[in-house]
Amino acid sequence: MRRFSWFNATSLTFGFAFLYLPMLILIIYSFNESRLVTVWAGFSTKWYGELFQNEQFLDAAWVTLKVAFWSSTVATVLGTLAAYIMVRAGRFRGRGLFSGMIYAPLVMPEVITGLSLLLFFIAIGLDRGVLTIVLAHTTFSMCYVSVVVTSRLVSFDRSLEEAALDLGCTPFDAFRSVTLPIIMPAVISGWLLAFTLSLDDLVIASFTSGPSSTTLPIKIFSAVRLGVTPEINALSTIMIGLVTLGVISASLVSRATAKKERA
Amino acid sequence: MTWRGRLLIAVPYVWLLVLFLVPFGIVLKISLSDIALAIPPYTPTMKDGLWAMLSGLDFENYAFIGAGAVVAGFAGLILCIAMYRIVFPRIRRAMLPDTATTVFDTAAAALTALAVAIVNVAVVVAVLAFVLPALSDFVDVPDFLYFAAYLSSLKIAAISTFLTLLIGYPVAYGMARAAQHWRPTLLMLVILPFWTSFLIRVYAWIGILSTEGYLNQLLLSLGVISAPLSILNTPVAVYIGIVYTYLPFMVLPIYAALEKMDDSLVEAAEDLGCTALSAFWLVTAPLSKPGVIAGCFLVFIPTLGEFVIPSLLGGSDTLMIGKVLWEEFFNNRDWPVASAVAVILLMILIIPIVLFQRNEQKQRELDG
Repeated sequence: MRRFSWFNATSLTFGFAFLYLPMLILIIYSFNESRLVTVWAGFSTKWYGELFQNEQFLDAAWVTLKVAFWSSTVATVLGTLAAYIMVRAGRFRGRGLFSGMIYAPLVMPEVITGLSLLLFFIAIGLDRGVLTIVLAHTTFSMCYVSVVVTSRLVSFDRSLEEAALDLGCTPFDAFRSVTLPIIMPAVISGWLLAFTLSLDDLVIASFTSGPSSTTLPIKIFSAVRLGVTPEINALSTIMIGLVTLGVISASLVSRATAKKERA
Repeated sequence: MTWRGRLLIAVPYVWLLVLFLVPFGIVLKISLSDIALAIPPYTPTMKDGLWAMLSGLDFENYAFIGAGAVVAGFAGLILCIAMYRIVFPRIRRAMLPDTATTVFDTAAAALTALAVAIVNVAVVVAVLAFVLPALSDFVDVPDFLYFAAYLSSLKIAAISTFLTLLIGYPVAYGMARAAQHWRPTLLMLVILPFWTSFLIRVYAWIGILSTEGYLNQLLLSLGVISAPLSILNTPVAVYIGIVYTYLPFMVLPIYAALEKMDDSLVEAAEDLGCTALSAFWLVTAPLSKPGVIAGCFLVFIPTLGEFVIPSLLGGSDTLMIGKVLWEEFFNNRDWPVASAVAVILLMILIIPIVLFQRNEQKQRELDG
C-alpha cells in the first residue's frame, strides 16, 4: 500500500499552484476594466470586444489557423506513412538516415531549424508566405506525429493484418480496413499535437513568414515586447480556454475508446 | 520490394531530405561565406563550381566566434572519456586488486572530475592566450561575445535543469503516491500546460514579475518588502521562466519511472530496519534514476537553444546563444555569422543528444 504523506500533499499543492497560478491571474485580469493591467477596476468584457475589432489580430488569427490546419493535415499523412515504414518496411537502403531524420527535428533547437529553412527557401527562390510556413511546420510536426503513431503500431497485433492479406485483401485494402482503424486514435492525437505545435510556434514562423503572412504568435510576441496589455490578456484567455477544452475532450474520447477496447 | 513499396518510402524520405537535410547543407555553406551588403546578404560561394568554392571557403566566421570554445570543449570531452575509461580503471586495479569500496570509487571519480576540469580550464586559457592573438593577424578577433554566450547558455541550462529537478521530483513523487483513481486527473493537470501556448505561459510571468507586477504588489501590501524588487529582466526571471515552462518535461518521465516501481521493495527495506528516508535513498531514488536522467536531458537540450524566454524575461545582459543567433540574423543581418553560430550550437548539442539516446536505448533493452 502506498502511503500519501503530508510531504506529498504539500509538494503537489505547491507544484500545481506554481503551474496554474500564473495562468489563472492572466485569465482574471483579462476581465479587468482598467487599461492599467495591474490595477483591478471592476469586471468587464470590453477587451474581448476590442480584440474582435482589431483587424490585425483577426488577420493573423486566420493565417495561423490556415497554416495549422494544412500543416497538421499534411504532417499527419506523412508522419503516419513514416511510422508505418519504420515499423513495417524491414530493412531498406538508407534506413539509418531515415530514422535519424525523423528523430533529429525533435531535439533540434528551433532557431536552427528556422534559420536553415529560411536559407533554403531563399536559395531555391521561393517567396516567403503562407506556403513556406506550412512547409516548415509540416517538416517538424510530422516527426512528432510519427513518434506518436509508431508507439501505437508497435503495440498492435500484426496477425490481424496478415489475416486480412491471407483472405485476399490487397496490401492497401488491408491497411485501410484493418490497420488504419486500429491506429486511428494515435493518428488523431498526432494531428492534434501537430495542430497545437503549429498554433504555438513563434521562432520557426518568424524565420519563414513573409510580410503578408504574420501569424498570431508573431503578432503577440511583438506586442508583448512593449509590455502587458489587456487585449493580449483577453487573447491569451481565449487560447487557454480552447486548448483546455480540446485536451479535456480528447482525453474523454481516448478514455471512452480504451473502455470500448477492454469490453 | 515492389515499386509501390519503394514509392511509399520515397514520399516522406524525399520530403525530409529536401526540407531537413538540404537546408543544413546550406547553413553549413553560408557559415563559410563572406558577408555582403545585398539581399540575400552573403556572397554565395558555390556558384563558380566546387573548386572555386573550396578555395574560397572562409573560416573567418568561426574564428570570429572563438574557435577556442570548440577546441576546449572537445579536448575536455576526449580527456573526460580517456580518464574515465582508461586511467581510472587502471588506478583502481592497481590499488585495489579484489575488493571494491564505494568510498574509493567516489573519491577517485571526484579527483578525475577535478583533473578534467583543471585541464579544461588550462586549455581554454591557453587557447585564449595564444591562439586568438595569433589569429588576430589574419582576422579581427572582437570581444568574446559569442564565447561568453555559449558559456552562459550552458550555465543557465545547467542551473535551470537542476532547479527543475528540485521542484519536479517532489511533484512526480507525490503523483506516484496519490490514490490510483486520482492519477489520471493529476497526469492531465501536468500535461495541460504542455499543450497551452508556450508564448502565453512566458507572457503570464511578465505581469507577475514586473516592478508594478502582482508579486511586488502582494509583497508590498504584506509589508515583506518596502521597495519593489526588480526581478523582470534579470537572470532570476529567466530561471523562473525556464523552470515554469519545462516543468512538465521533468515531471512526466520521473512519474513514469516511479509509477511502475514495485512498492513492496520499499516495504522490504523498511522491514529490514531502514528509516523512511534511507529507504528512499537506497531504493526509490536509484529506481527512478532513468526517469531523472531522461527528464534532465529533456530540459537541458531545448533550454540550451532557448530564445523566447531570455528575450522576454531576461535583460539586455542575459546572454543566451539562441538570442544571439536571432539578433545576429534579424538585427545585424549578418547571415554568415548567424549560420556559424548555428553550426557550433549543433556541435555542442550533439553530445547531450547522443547521451540521451543511449540512456533511452539502455532503458528499452532493460524493459524489453
